[in-house]
Amino acid sequence: MPLSAIAYETEPNFTEAPISAQPSVATLTNITKHYGTTRALDGLSLTLRPGEIVALLGPNGAGKSTAIKILLGLIAPTSGICRVFGSNPREATTRTRVGAMLQVARILETLHVREHLDLFRSYYPNPLPVADILRIAQLQGIEDRPFSQLSGGQKQRVLFALALCGNPDLIFLDEPTVGLDIESRRALWLQIRALAAQGKTILFTTHYLEEADALAHRIIVINKGRVISEGTPAEIKRIGGARTIRCRTRLSLDFLETLATVTSAKLAEGSVQIVASNAEAVVREMLLRDETLSNLEIASPALEDAFLALTKN
Amino acid sequence: MATTAIMPATPASRTAAQTLRIFQKETKYEFLKLMRTRSFSLSTIGFPVMFYLLFGVANRNSFAGSVHIAKYMLAGYACFGLIGATLFGIGVGLAGELAAGWLELKRASPMPASAYLFAKCASAVAFGLIIVTLLTILGTAFGGVSLTPIEFIKMLGLTVVGSVSFASMGLLLALVVPANAAPGIVNLIYLPMSFLSGLWMPIRFMPHWLQGVAPILPTYHLSQLMLNVFGYADSVSRLTHWNALIGFSLLMLGLAWLIFHRREQSA
Repeated sequence: MPLSAIAYETEPNFTEAPISAQPSVATLTNITKHYGTTRALDGLSLTLRPGEIVALLGPNGAGKSTAIKILLGLIAPTSGICRVFGSNPREATTRTRVGAMLQVARILETLHVREHLDLFRSYYPNPLPVADILRIAQLQGIEDRPFSQLSGGQKQRVLFALALCGNPDLIFLDEPTVGLDIESRRALWLQIRALAAQGKTILFTTHYLEEADALAHRIIVINKGRVISEGTPAEIKRIGGARTIRCRTRLSLDFLETLATVTSAKLAEGSVQIVASNAEAVVREMLLRDETLSNLEIASPALEDAFLALTKN
Repeated sequence: MATTAIMPATPASRTAAQTLRIFQKETKYEFLKLMRTRSFSLSTIGFPVMFYLLFGVANRNSFAGSVHIAKYMLAGYACFGLIGATLFGIGVGLAGELAAGWLELKRASPMPASAYLFAKCASAVAFGLIIVTLLTILGTAFGGVSLTPIEFIKMLGLTVVGSVSFASMGLLLALVVPANAAPGIVNLIYLPMSFLSGLWMPIRFMPHWLQGVAPILPTYHLSQLMLNVFGYADSVSRLTHWNALIGFSLLMLGLAWLIFHRREQSA
């Protein structure tokens, strides 16, 4: 039986202990936020746990930045409860444990990188040593340059560095890798993973679906201000779209459509194409009934397809 | 609720020394930023110096009665300089930082808002003191102006008062004026106000109908207090000028507070 290709997803396992058993670092409970007549958030709830990297994924205007600003205490929700380390995010004691990287047009252009860090470190009771910040944000060699003379990617890394100054337990990153080339993006992912490994919690928003897939333990997909799906990257892909089975087989389309979880079966270029959510069971059944089955392929939808499917309505 | 938060925030309340250090660093870097922003430092220091050389020092031998014009104009350009530094430093600076999202990032940090405002005020005061000292040096060196140490100290004291007072106007402007229009709008307010208050030339040389405008302008009251140091003020009592200046500052602060809180509510 020639099985030419079997492609299926294995679920990456990031943590040993189940994260859901741990206490929460921050929670949004049934948050709504109205701007005049527009509803930015509409009953949004989410929980962040220690050491996890969570991606907040959604199309433009879904409410990602609004959710982060509420968690930072920069804006007040219209209704609902926001708790960070068990207290109000606006309190100074809460803020000393939180770091933020926001979408900022520019920061003081004439100050040098080192001066920016010096200033931000002074806000926190137990700041991270400058050398550590420079290393993590990869700013070595440019620490004495004024902000205005940095490239787009370097500026982005300075903003990341500012988020780390206070050695925070909870870090919010709003579109952290925008403007970074692929190499610096991957380098930043490594640093973010290292921070999570130290027990820090990271919530980031991104437009790069690949980034959410590669970096997050958990993805929260939001649209129009509410959570529409939540899970590991693999789970999101599964929820977002069934998998596609392609093969050559003698089995009839009518029969295939009767198999469990199959939503469609059709002929395309001499092979059948079956869409099913439980692809493994369908393939097992088919192999039992057709010994001549060949050219088998099982494709997971890309995260992008899953995301588009989830946010379409 | 299944997800109770059981991590208490560490009671890391800041010590007085730490708070002091934040104020000090915030002020240091605000001042450095302004100094290094050439468009700010060159023009706010350069314009009053240039104008004073042209219209003050050049009048070293002119007297109107007992009034030495070069000394009279020292008071005017001192006010002109310190108000410019304050309105541009705070008004334009804050508007820009609000628009760029920089202030939001700082608000997300545990920085006390008072440190930010203090740094802005203190830097404006510092620029005011630099400008007034420079003008005084030029006046005494080249304009034949003679100044007692007491007069100079009183001038510096009024510089601090004036900067803090106009800081309230800068704050209000920053809140209501869009960042990209801020320099133009500040000029449109600052330049006519300076002219009409007699900061550029003695008010008595202006058309009579224009002189009537001056008493409604805060710049006029500050300049009269400054002139009073030299005994050159008009006949209106000093108390009136003080009241006007304090009233103006409170009005600006009140409006700024009102606008800020309305924004907070709708934010």
